[in-house]
Amino acid sequence: MKRIGLIVNPIAGMGGRVGLKGTDGVVDKARALGAFPQAPNRAISALKALMEIKDHIEIVTYFGEMGENEAKECGFKIKVISTIKDRESNQQDTIEAAKRILEEKVDLLLFAGGDGTARDIYNAVGENLAVVGIPAGVKIHSAVYASSPKKAGELALLYLKRNVSKVKEVEVMDIDEDAFRKGIVNTRLYGYLKIPYDPKFLQGKKSGSIMNDEGAQRAIALDVINHMKEDVLYIIGPGSTTRPIMQALGLRYTLLGVDLICNRKVVKNDLTEKELLKEISDKVCKLIITPIGGQGYLFGRGNQQISSEVIKKVGKENIIVIASNHKIRELSGKHFLVDTGDEEFDISLRGYVRVTTGYREQIVYKID
Amino acid sequence: MKRIDRSLKVRTGFHQAKWDEPIIFELSKKGERGVLVPQADDEITKEVGDGVSKISSSMLRKEAVNLPEISQSRVLRHYVRLSQETLGADVNIEIGQGTCTVKYSPKVNEQLGKLPGMAEIHPLQDESTVQGMLEIIYETDLAMREISGMDRFSFQPSGGSQAIMAMASLVRAYHEANGEVDQRDEIITTIYSHPSDAAAPALKGYKIIYIHPDKDGYPDYEAFKSVVSEKTAAFFVANPEDTGVYNTKVQEFTELVHKNGGLCCYDQANANGLLGVTRAKEAGFDMCHFNLHKTFSTPHGCGGPATGAVGVTKELEKFMPAPLIDFDGEKYYLNYDVPNSIGKIRSFNGVAPVIMKAYAWIRSLGAEGLYEVAKIAVLNNNYMFKKLMELDCVDAPYIEGKQRIEQVRYTLEKLAKDTGVTTGDIQRRMMDFGMHYWCSHHPYYIPEPMTLEPTETPSKEDLDEYIETLKYIFNEAYETPDKFENAPFASSCHQVDESNMDDPEKWAITWRSYLKKYTEK
Repeated sequence: MKRIGLIVNPIAGMGGRVGLKGTDGVVDKARALGAFPQAPNRAISALKALMEIKDHIEIVTYFGEMGENEAKECGFKIKVISTIKDRESNQQDTIEAAKRILEEKVDLLLFAGGDGTARDIYNAVGENLAVVGIPAGVKIHSAVYASSPKKAGELALLYLKRNVSKVKEVEVMDIDEDAFRKGIVNTRLYGYLKIPYDPKFLQGKKSGSIMNDEGAQRAIALDVINHMKEDVLYIIGPGSTTRPIMQALGLRYTLLGVDLICNRKVVKNDLTEKELLKEISDKVCKLIITPIGGQGYLFGRGNQQISSEVIKKVGKENIIVIASNHKIRELSGKHFLVDTGDEEFDISLRGYVRVTTGYREQIVYKID
Repeated sequence: MKRIDRSLKVRTGFHQAKWDEPIIFELSKKGERGVLVPQADDEITKEVGDGVSKISSSMLRKEAVNLPEISQSRVLRHYVRLSQETLGADVNIEIGQGTCTVKYSPKVNEQLGKLPGMAEIHPLQDESTVQGMLEIIYETDLAMREISGMDRFSFQPSGGSQAIMAMASLVRAYHEANGEVDQRDEIITTIYSHPSDAAAPALKGYKIIYIHPDKDGYPDYEAFKSVVSEKTAAFFVANPEDTGVYNTKVQEFTELVHKNGGLCCYDQANANGLLGVTRAKEAGFDMCHFNLHKTFSTPHGCGGPATGAVGVTKELEKFMPAPLIDFDGEKYYLNYDVPNSIGKIRSFNGVAPVIMKAYAWIRSLGAEGLYEVAKIAVLNNNYMFKKLMELDCVDAPYIEGKQRIEQVRYTLEKLAKDTGVTTGDIQRRMMDFGMHYWCSHHPYYIPEPMTLEPTETPSKEDLDEYIETLKYIFNEAYETPDKFENAPFASSCHQVDESNMDDPEKWAITWRSYLKKYTEK
């Protein structure tokens, strides 16, 4: 018997239909504008893909609109771990539900929502549980979501049937919705969730012997380390692509922050912009960064500590960009972007940059 | 009696043979024999001995060799059955193997390869006794020089990738001779060139730099310019690339590399639309390679005997693999006087029957015939291109509105989005109609790719049958997408678990390794 956690964020996606760019904090307004829930039907589409193993699974979920109704409609065996029914669910319920489901030791967590929901799930379960996102929200930046609800169900099925056993880490991104409504895009990298990894869901059935992303990242790390010079400071930007460098060197790292190393030792972890400027003020320094998956931002998203002042001090020629081939392909030809807030400086960064994609392997990519 | 309705060009009634034929080792029965070799007559043994006792004991096997023991008729059945379970070039309309240039290989050339004067010679024979074969190699060299503008060819490499490896070795030898081998450690290539254009130089220790295409599918010249430097050892590129897009500005690329002291290496695996039209020399290349088993019609031998002919300019001749075949006015001979030779690429002087078949093909066509081949290959491809682009679900990125050379990498992205049926699903379903179909090398830069190359050999009827079959299947994808889940239905083999191919741990290349991996605990 397999156990699946199910969380439906019932209000996800309501803001989009009525032009509200998200639903955080504006549910009532969305309802008033005539929005109706999107997530339940999408969750049902995903669950239907699991019908062939229906008798071999139990769904662990929350009350009513948060999963119970959807699972019941599909006729699954259900365990409802909370029965609060006298009020509408909220963000705190999503986080609480995810925490409780993690304690229930399920094999996989399916959740329907948008970027905000992914962020809540990340806050509750981190990398302790494999998850699959059913796309239902207004903003879908996170790669944790399958391309359609049906695909989400199919991927879950493969994972439960053990046809897919590997997992990969994907970025949990979200924008500040308040700022976005005012026209300011402020995307942050919140962390990583683990999803089942099947190349079929990325690039067609005949996937061949592509090196997995993890292997590619290790090869990149080796290349970078091989080229490291004595007494030069290396700023290690955030992300799962830069992490293997620190791991290979056996150093403590900050996944979502900026670290500074020299002669294969940590100078300081998790630096602020101010601290960075102070540390590198009179030294030769190189900067190792990776673009944000799917978006291609090199600066200004998820690594605001590396400000235009820091980059100017380091020098354009000392920027080392790293990314796996897979990450480059996921950009579908979109160029790299920079948004440091200093427009003139951003323009000066435009042009072509070499990207290390493997051991002694680079591609030339354009920055816009 | 009612005749079969042939109005639909699609072979909906096709079914391939399925024999469940065992591995030949499983057929072995102890003591069963195909041929019983008679003992030598006394008269002979009196003169030369028994033929065994004079062999040094260190060379004698301690145990009998483990070969299958089977009768002749069972061996014959075995291989005929296996041949019925393949979709080779002789039974299907071979259009679907884009970039592989699978064309009709005239059977008369196969017969030439089996003539006793060809089949029974040995590479260790004295030069004076193989003058005919040496003449064929020499003359093929002359023809290839004319076709490419290069000054010297070697036929030693027995495949395209081995020829690219030879080119990478030539690059290294050249820079070594100039004292620049340490300084020049970068090779530039493009993402639509064959993966071997990166893999072979990487094996020679070079750092690889890839150039992305620009919006028209040409290698991005500005990106290229940003990386060519005094570190550049060479530029490896195919043209046209597998997209079928020909870079007409290739000379600007080669000039820039030369200005910076690097070499230019032309992967001419896609040469079928260029014969008699463009040449490596005029495009500014220092060396090139052709696949005789593609463009020059000698069959693809299932990954086996092939020839990658490598040609170089006069300046690089001294680095060529030795020996070269030369003519002194009276006789043909093996010329070992190649001062800076990169050494042997393979044993002996190449796959002789393959060179002979290519020679026969070139001579039967002549210069005008080769040009005709290119024209018809391009015509066939563009006929197919036009017909397929009329379909809603088919597209081909880059140079919109312009023609392609000899092949096209299409995208079925719309079909996949509309129906969930992927190019891999189409590939499997095509087998149900006795047709070969190929997607692309990995990784897929063009989503849901389909690569087709008709060559000059299919007739308009053949082209139409292939197109109609594709249309039939695309239509099925819209009407009954679930059907594709379990295809193929009419093939010898049902779906295979492709994950095995992705995992070297699961590979068993020989029967012995299979037994070791899968049956010994």
